[in-house]
Amino acid sequence: MERWGASMKEIERAISPPHEQKKSKPKEGLTGAKERWTEAMNVVPAILRAARCEGSRLHTSSSLRHIQKQTRLRVVDNSELGKSAMLEGRPPRCIHVYNKKGIGRTGDKVLVAIKGQKKQAILTGCHQDQFPLMPKFDSNNIVLVDENGSPLGTRIHVPIPTFLRKKLTEMSRPKGVDYTKILAIATRFV
Amino acid sequence: MLSAVPRRIFHTFFRKPPAQRVTAKVPPYIRDQLDSNTDNEQPLPHDFRTVYPEFLPDPRPEWRNRLRERLERNDMLTRRSVVAIPEFYIGSIMAVTVGDRNASDKTNRFVGICISRGGTGLRAWFNLRNVIDHQGLEIMYEMYSPLIRNIEVLRLEKRLDEELLYLRDALPEYSTFPLDMEPELLPEGAPVPINDIKVKLKPRPWHERWERKNLQGVQDLGLPQRFYNKAKLHEKPWEKYDLMMEYRATIPEEEQADIFHEIAPHYQQLESSRRQSKRRLAQTSRY
Repeated sequence: MERWGASMKEIERAISPPHEQKKSKPKEGLTGAKERWTEAMNVVPAILRAARCEGSRLHTSSSLRHIQKQTRLRVVDNSELGKSAMLEGRPPRCIHVYNKKGIGRTGDKVLVAIKGQKKQAILTGCHQDQFPLMPKFDSNNIVLVDENGSPLGTRIHVPIPTFLRKKLTEMSRPKGVDYTKILAIATRFV
Repeated sequence: MLSAVPRRIFHTFFRKPPAQRVTAKVPPYIRDQLDSNTDNEQPLPHDFRTVYPEFLPDPRPEWRNRLRERLERNDMLTRRSVVAIPEFYIGSIMAVTVGDRNASDKTNRFVGICISRGGTGLRAWFNLRNVIDHQGLEIMYEMYSPLIRNIEVLRLEKRLDEELLYLRDALPEYSTFPLDMEPELLPEGAPVPINDIKVKLKPRPWHERWERKNLQGVQDLGLPQRFYNKAKLHEKPWEKYDLMMEYRATIPEEEQADIFHEIAPHYQQLESSRRQSKRRLAQTSRY
């Protein structure tokens, strides 16, 4: 700290805003609390801020908004369960992502905890950064499905990506699960 | 000394530089002697830099490669002769049609406001945003992607800010545009209008700390004073005097001039496609 010619105490004193300094007695030799404050803020860099962040465990970078375990999701179909959960302000949480990365992308299947039940759902829109031509949604949308892949609701009132036509068809199995009914209840594709 | 600062953090700020540092070297720009001797240099249209910003390469020295840049410019002009890429700015409202084998009629059209734009060369991209059925959507398009069929500018205008990413935190009516929007026509030779609309943001939490971004196009943020105090600590008023920073972030003016002289023979074609798209707009708006 000697490289700035000030002790730690002086710097801490200097970076506290001027109005707080009035409470303590002004020390002799320190001229112009305001100038000192602005000057110190130009000099004392991110060290102190980083130190504070370290103590309080704050994040200093924005989040990637991945869909992983414990992510809150938004049900966009009109199933009773989904509608009541969203209206109560208890949105479902993702408790598992059915892929090897553990991070859900558009069209992946997730297991959600909704109103004390476990339900499977398909991600129909994600907020994380997307590849070109893939729509990025303002919320993480899901459509609840049962174990056969057919949706619990009868209508989806938000747009869904056209990419789901390919993805859900690939996920479906003949004489097994069939996710393509989601495409039939959608109102708009983007 | 520095007892309050944890050791790990101290070392991240005051660590020694690595012993062997590899720095990218770009050979200084030398004008081609043959080109500079010719007298038939046309005067450059002044708006090249704003209308076609993706023709200028990325100034980062480790990514410079003058041969690759020249080849890319050729490819871009070839692509522009097939698909007209109109003049647009951040804040313009655009419609993009792409080939999409999953769509019902094999094409997909999206209308939205351009909120950001970037990339250079063949990797240039822009982001469109719209609110459809009360759901905010953004799609990123690569300008020179072979999947793009058509790019229309429905309303050519600028906004007060360089990026409109704050529309994600604004009320939805500020980014809602009808999908069947009619193209609006500007008179020939008119300057690009600047829309000085002030957007109202939703209350916090936001995607970013907008009070620190010096935004012009937003209404009063309505935050307590401590947010503005914090923002004041983070502003960097000395950066506008940093000549080295500006030098590293820009392409030298002589090189820019030569790049634009290189594409100047194609300027007639670029201009005609610009005018044609305007004429097409006029025809479509008549019906």
